[in-house]
Amino acid sequence: MTEMVHGTVPIRVGEPVLPRWWRTIDKVTLGCVLALFGIGILLGLAASPPLAMDNGKPPFYYVERQAVFGLASLTAMVVISMMTPRSVRRLGVLGFIAAFALLAALPFIGTDYGKGAVRWISLGFASLQPSEFLKPGFVVVAAWLMAASQEIHGPPGRSISLVLALVIVGFLAAQPDFGQASLILFIWGVIWFVAGAPFALLATMAAGVIVAGTFAYQNSEHFARRIDGFLSSELDPTTQLGYATNAIIEGGFFGVGVGEGQVKVSLPDAHTDFIIAVAAEEYGLMLVLVIIALYALVVLRSLMRLTRERDTFIRLAGTGLACVFGIQAIINMGVAVRLLPAKGMTLPFVSYGGSSVIATGIAMGMLLAFTRSRPQGEIGDILIRRRG
Amino acid sequence: MKAGDVTQGTIRTPLRPLARILRARERGENPDAIERENIRLRHEAMRDRARQRAEGRLMVLAIFFTLAFMAVGGRMTILAASDPHEPEVSDRLAPITARRADIVDRHGRVLATNLVTHSLYAQPPLMTDPERAARELARIFPDLDEERLLRRFTGRAKFLWIRRKISPEQMQAVHDIGDPGLLFGPREMRLYPNGRLAAHVLGGAGFGREDVSSAEVVGVAGVEKAFDDYLRDPANGGAPLRLSIDLPIQSVVERVLEGGMRLMKAKGAAAVLMEAKTGEIVAMASLPDFDPNARPAPPVSGSPADSPLFNRAVQGVYELGSTFKLFTAAQAMELGLARPDTIIDATAPLKWGKFTIGEFRNHNYGKIPLADVIVKSSNVGTARLAMEIGADRQRVFLERLGLLESTPVELVEAPGARPLVPERWSEITTITVSYGHGLAASPLHLAAAYASLLNGGRRVTPTLLHRDTPPEPGPRIVSEEVSAAARAMLRDVVVRGTAQLAEVPGYAVAGKTGTADKPSERGYAEDKTITTFAGVFPAHDPAYVIVVVLDEPVDTTGPEPRRTAGWTAVPVAAEIIRRAAPLLGVPPVIEPRPTDRLTLTSN
Repeated sequence: MTEMVHGTVPIRVGEPVLPRWWRTIDKVTLGCVLALFGIGILLGLAASPPLAMDNGKPPFYYVERQAVFGLASLTAMVVISMMTPRSVRRLGVLGFIAAFALLAALPFIGTDYGKGAVRWISLGFASLQPSEFLKPGFVVVAAWLMAASQEIHGPPGRSISLVLALVIVGFLAAQPDFGQASLILFIWGVIWFVAGAPFALLATMAAGVIVAGTFAYQNSEHFARRIDGFLSSELDPTTQLGYATNAIIEGGFFGVGVGEGQVKVSLPDAHTDFIIAVAAEEYGLMLVLVIIALYALVVLRSLMRLTRERDTFIRLAGTGLACVFGIQAIINMGVAVRLLPAKGMTLPFVSYGGSSVIATGIAMGMLLAFTRSRPQGEIGDILIRRRG
Repeated sequence: MKAGDVTQGTIRTPLRPLARILRARERGENPDAIERENIRLRHEAMRDRARQRAEGRLMVLAIFFTLAFMAVGGRMTILAASDPHEPEVSDRLAPITARRADIVDRHGRVLATNLVTHSLYAQPPLMTDPERAARELARIFPDLDEERLLRRFTGRAKFLWIRRKISPEQMQAVHDIGDPGLLFGPREMRLYPNGRLAAHVLGGAGFGREDVSSAEVVGVAGVEKAFDDYLRDPANGGAPLRLSIDLPIQSVVERVLEGGMRLMKAKGAAAVLMEAKTGEIVAMASLPDFDPNARPAPPVSGSPADSPLFNRAVQGVYELGSTFKLFTAAQAMELGLARPDTIIDATAPLKWGKFTIGEFRNHNYGKIPLADVIVKSSNVGTARLAMEIGADRQRVFLERLGLLESTPVELVEAPGARPLVPERWSEITTITVSYGHGLAASPLHLAAAYASLLNGGRRVTPTLLHRDTPPEPGPRIVSEEVSAAARAMLRDVVVRGTAQLAEVPGYAVAGKTGTADKPSERGYAEDKTITTFAGVFPAHDPAYVIVVVLDEPVDTTGPEPRRTAGWTAVPVAAEIIRRAAPLLGVPPVIEPRPTDRLTLTSN
């Protein structure tokens, strides 16, 4: 009651940082993230030993690495979630600048690890994929610009952020990494949509995406092959997709049993892009549905909390982070069940990959920071305004 | 929601309302404060409106994500609920058709068929005990090297072929190893149940594209390759390819030819037995031969013509010597330049420019009838006729007999076997070609040309396919009369000429010998000959044409080695006819004895 009377930001003066964090954090989302990470380690135990053996490493080499990266990621997440939105924005902008610089420098300092696309920077003990870190940074920058453009006498943030997005897409398409490029476009589109894009323009943009897709299909063999593979009704069982689909079918409702799966032997990407197939084969539909539910919970809960958010920047940034998290999960699993064309996309927190896990941890930290309960002063606002 | 209603009025408030500014100025206050205050209020109004709009749009996003997650979950459920099935190679990859039609002889006896067998491959990642597997495999297949196998099993390979085809016994033995990393794939292999029989005709088959579940059987030579598309065409419904070959006759020809080749110490031999009227090849043999079930690799060194894979009957082009004299005689008769009893000046030697044409063993036959030119095989007599015929007419005639082009027979090797034809057809060429030198053709060429001349004068096309209905007669080469006269001359060659050993009682063999010195680096080698017998039987009703060619034969039964056709190719041909004619259903007849005929003509 006192807050309302005084109209001030409801800070309990003198409350220690941790209890306040615990009180305001979205504990459900936090729990979901921890559960996903646990499942990732569990599946890594099953999926990665064949690969580790092939590469002459101890069987649980990748699991150990994933655990180390995961702990770093969770730490980053918790630390960031304790920051104020303003600090997060600063961090995001700085991170964006750094990641963008690295991305632009990739043609000179990057390596393709023989996979045909220059996406990584080798650090010796690990490799760094700038595009993974670029995503949360870009969300923050785009949301900041978009929010600023709504201010009276504000900068033309929408145009600036669009230009930025297109430049990044250009860099990513040159690698080529159409998956990340489309994610950047998706982020910008979602933020713009929530910021109040006119529906006529949205329709125009959808048409533009179709045109761009057609162009990419006709000019990039890499891209066209994947689309063709998706469109053909017959599935060649000797492809990754064929193995993945077969693994899901084999798994049935309750799985073939822990360690009994075969797909991890046949699939080179079993521990990254097709980890869901390993989950489906060994643990069955049950675990898959649990995983889907966890992702859905994180996304929907965050979106719901953001509907109450008063601050435009926080709302836009939070939306971008939640949506990019959710869409990655949907694309990854959608590819495995052939709802979507084959596209290398990691399953956030579950797939193996240092850059991916840490970047996702940073993004989730930001999201948690944005979705912390803070008073939106609904009644107080009205009272103040009445007075004016 | 309330916020929007409340701010409705204030949104139109100007940021710098003139009245208030003026009042403020009067009071000496900073009018900018009023603007700032108004901006703040408008921001708050905008923020609430934006939040309201965003609320709706966030709901849209939430619905979108809900539906998307449900779609993925639903699809997962459908997949998980569907029955597992063994993965199969999809149709998109153009299925490997393993069915290959059989090849049968003219009476439907199987020459080539398929046998279901298995291939053996390994998936090292699935192996439990690579050392033992390698050891046992090396025991089962002695030609496999244990060390090498083990290296491959323990290497990086995920998949490797061990054997293309294995026998049921070998398969059981591999089964008994019991290693889960050793796997079998079904295979259809091509089987030639008669082994070496008709090896050059059939050619052979190998595996084309292959994968674990099946492999393509493709023809690699002979009929198998020439008819590869037909044999693999599923539209034929597995109907066998019917050849004109007659299995027992082929067997007889090969047996006798092989015996003859051994007796005559020849390094190679070829024989063609052809239906005179249709050109269908009843038997065609080339020695040395091979087993198409285990077709040897093509030789990498030496002359390809010495390889067992070389089909001498089709690919081997030889100067066929005096057998060509018949063409000259027949053309002279057809052109009306001579009749069988026309006296030809065969006084040897014949000088033409710097060339001297002589006879075998420096004979001089003087002036003799045309029939005797053939019977005695006079080079000079033939040369004089050829000079009368002239180069152009000779060339056209040989062309019409198909001697200047590769044979159209249905073997993949045939188009490559072009006769060696002189580049410039000068007069000396005309002379030498008339008795079979300077132009090299294959035994099959000779058989087809003899058939065309002797079957009544209709051109035949050599073929390996059996037709139930006789084909349309080909264009006329020579008249019936000339054809009959030519047969009579050839019959005389057997009765009283150079091919007397060809006499087979009852079958009225008529034919011509040819002995050609083999070309060597320097001119012609005296002691290396190609001997040929080309004939037809029975002479009064020409049914079959036979050509036998021996490469470097020598008959050592006499006091001195004999290398002429009359002593080498002819007895072999006679033996073939003696054995094959009854099988071919040619009725033996007691023909009028030559003396009777003489009496008749004198009347």
